[in-house]
This record gives sequence, structure tokens and C-alpha cells, in this order.
Amino acid sequence: MATYAGELTAAVRVSTVVRRFGDHVVLDGLDLELAPGEFVALLGKSGSGKSTLLRALAGLDYDTAGSGEILVPERVSVAFQDSRLLPWLRVLDNVVLGLPKARELGRAALAEVGLDGRERAWPGELSGGEQQRVALARSLVREPELLLADEPFGALDALTRIKMHDLLRALHERHRPAVLLVTHDVDEAIVLADRVLVLDNGRIVVDRRVDLPAPRSLRDPAFHEFRDLLRGALGVDTEVPA
Amino acid sequence: MTSLAEPRTIRPEAVRTGSPRRRRLGRPRLFPFAGLIGVAVVLGVWSIASAAGALDPRKLSAPWTVVRTGIDLIGDGTLQANLGPSLYRVAIGFAAGVLIGTALAVFAGLTRFGEALVDGPIQVKRAVPLLGLAPLMILWLGIGEQFKIVLIALGVVTYMYVQTHAALTSIDHRYVELAEVLGLSRPAFVRKVVIPGALPGFFLGLRLSATIAWLTLVVVEEVNATDGLGKMIFKAQDYGQSDVILVGLAVFGIFGFASDAILRVLERKVLSWRRTLAS
Repeated sequence: MATYAGELTAAVRVSTVVRRFGDHVVLDGLDLELAPGEFVALLGKSGSGKSTLLRALAGLDYDTAGSGEILVPERVSVAFQDSRLLPWLRVLDNVVLGLPKARELGRAALAEVGLDGRERAWPGELSGGEQQRVALARSLVREPELLLADEPFGALDALTRIKMHDLLRALHERHRPAVLLVTHDVDEAIVLADRVLVLDNGRIVVDRRVDLPAPRSLRDPAFHEFRDLLRGALGVDTEVPA
Repeated sequence: MTSLAEPRTIRPEAVRTGSPRRRRLGRPRLFPFAGLIGVAVVLGVWSIASAAGALDPRKLSAPWTVVRTGIDLIGDGTLQANLGPSLYRVAIGFAAGVLIGTALAVFAGLTRFGEALVDGPIQVKRAVPLLGLAPLMILWLGIGEQFKIVLIALGVVTYMYVQTHAALTSIDHRYVELAEVLGLSRPAFVRKVVIPGALPGFFLGLRLSATIAWLTLVVVEEVNATDGLGKMIFKAQDYGQSDVILVGLAVFGIFGFASDAILRVLERKVLSWRRTLAS
């Protein structure tokens, strides 16, 4: 297990983090804590700093000016919006990329995302949803304590997306990593997350637990209330019927 | 809403049969080997013009004369005697050039030091026309085999280097990011990401190199060679034997086409993951 600098209750701790591109302040003294196993959705208008925060947590923000302290666990996986599979490696080789002697684990991970039997396929032979499932298997096989997901379902069609939601929930139940899911889809955030954040101008303006009974249904009036609250925070006019 | 809609007949043209349909906006296919129509037309015009006596045989021999000359040249062994040395020069020059060009590209593509050391001289070398180097090479190496092979290799080195180096250094940054997130070691990154990603560029270099190798061969064989296909056709020029020149050109064409075809097959085998995208 990773050590959390004396504090064992947080999987992620972000203190007064500032990130700047030129004169433009993207993250403005941001504070955030994620508990181990907590599923957190991060909403925000485009340009609000969602991706910058995620990249900072993933350690991909070199050459970016800034300050602050970020503590993350040892094992962090990232799921990108594109599946980012190497087209010249077969599916199983993509899953176990960089992990020697993990082929059995890789096979098991593929089975978990419902792709057993496709180990020898090329990524180009798979549908978009299948490719994203391979990417999930690649994240899982590393047994992450923190999974960072940057709009992983953004490029998928609505039906595939619903299936992927169920899959991601199931995988989270089983493996219990802390999850930070960046999304622009309010409903996706409410359906999946234990807690929803809204980022605006580099600060967290909404931080709410989702206390809706499972399974979360769009017919639940509380769901609508929550959705209206989030839309308000995102600056979407809730009076206009969707 | 009490009764179902009247059964309608579907218009026959709307019914799709099992056979694959033609792409509506594509250019329809003619028939197999339709690509040879143009060649056939050229041969036809050439034959008719020759038969009608419209062509001076010293300028352009009739097709059947060329075929007969070809058979004769094979019969008395002239063609083989010239083809052998030519193939030898191209093969050695090409192989050496590919090895050296690829090695330099890997050195420059994977290390900053290599880039600083190698890239500049190669770019300068690239700016100098290859055949302009011939006089210097002759001065250094004489007019024997060495000079011919070295000049062919020099041309190949440049093409191999430029294509492979460009491919090695233009790896998609998204894959670099992925490798970092996955914590790949540098050797694993090179082996799993950089080199496979650069293979398409390497193969492009191979195919361009084959072309430049044949081109250089013809020129160097003009320079005081005693044998070789290039020598054969330049000698024929002196004697006004257009049929021998045409046989030589046909053989060049056949070998040029064959070497490209072999490289294409090799490329398809090695880059088999690409077929899924192309199809």
C-alpha cells in the first residue's frame, strides 16, 4: 500500500494547487480530497480546468507553471477519451503493455470486461465500445488505487455508453479504486458517482454527495432536483425543457 | 387504429440481395486487369505504326524485333552476362545503404547526441545531388566496382535515413503520454512504441530506396563499365541498336517492378495490423 504522508483517510489530497498557462489561471488555489474507493465525478464547462486538474493528478502537466501540493497513491491508472490502444499490438499485448509476466492477469481482465476470446484481435478490428473496454481492462490489470478517467465515454454512442456505465459501476464495486471521472454529462455524473464536483474558473463551486437510492433512475424526482442543481451551477438554464 | 396498415409491396429495386453492393459514389470497376488497357493501347499503336512503316527502325524498332532481339540476347548469353553484374551492384549497394541508413536513423532518432552528430551532415549530403558526387567518388575509388556500389549505397542511405528518422521522431504524442502513464521503461517504450510506430516510414524508405538504387545503377554503368545492363544499352546507343536499348529498358522495368512488388508483400506481412484499417 502507498503511504499518504501520515494521513490514511485520503486516497488523493490536493492542496492549494495553482496551474497557469501564460497569464491565464486555470486552477486557482484548488483543494480536494478523495477517500479511498470513492467514486467522484467532476463536471465543468469547457475551459473550466477539468482536464488540467486530471492531468495534474496523472503527473502529465510538466512544462505547466504552477504551485501547490498533490498527493496521489502509488498505483494510478488513466483512461483517456480515446481508447489509446497501440494499433500494432494485439488486444492482450495492449492490456499487459509494460507488465512482464502478466498475461494471465491480462486474460482475466479482458474476461471481466466481456472480451474473452478477443485476445489475439487487432485494435482496429474492434468497435469503439470494445476498444474502450480494452482500455478499461488495461487500467484494471494494474490494480489501481486511483483511476483517472477523462471523458472515457465521450466518443461512444448512447446505447454503448449505458452499457459502459453498468460495466464501470460493476468494476468499481469489485475493485474499489478511488475514481475521478471527468465528464460533461450531468446525468452520467449522477448515475455513476458517490459525489459530484463542479469546477468553475479553476475553483470547485459545488461539492455534493449523491444520496440517491440505487438503482438511480431518471424517474426519481430527487434525480431531477439534483440535475437542476448541477445544471444551475454549470450555467445551463433549467427552465428550458430538455 | 383498428386495423393494421394495408400490406404494401416493396419496390423490387429496394430489395437488397445478399451479394455485396457497389459503392454508389465510387468509380465503378471495369473488369479484372483493366489497368492494362492503357499499356495494350500503346503496344497496339506501336505495332500498327511499325507495320505501316511509319517508324524509323533505327529510332524505334518494331515490338516483334525487340522480342526477337531479347530472345537472341538470352540465347547467346549476352543478357545474362550483363544482368548478373548489374544485379550484384544493386543488391550490395542497396543492402549496405539500407543497413547504414537505418543505423544512422536509429542513432539520430533515439538519442539527442546522435541527432546533433548525424542529422546535419546528412541534410547537407541530401542537398547535394547524388550524381554530382560521382566525379569525387571516381577520384577516390577509381572506376571499378567499388565506386559503383558506393554511389548506389549513398543514394539509398539518404532515403533510408530521411524516411526512418522522420518516422522515429514523429511518434504520436498521445502514445508518449500513454507510455508515461503506464510507467514504461525507456527500452520498453522504444521496443513497443517507437520502433513499431516507425515501421511504416521504414518501409516507405525501402521502396523509395529501391527506385533510387536502379536509377543510380544505370548512371554509374555508363561510366566506363565493362559489363552491366546500363553498359549494354549505352553501347547499343553508339551502334544505333534501338532494339537492344528497348530490351534493356524492358528488363529494367521488370526488375524495378519486381523489387517493388517484393517490398510491398514484405510490408503487408510485417504491417499486418494495418490491413484492418485499410479494408
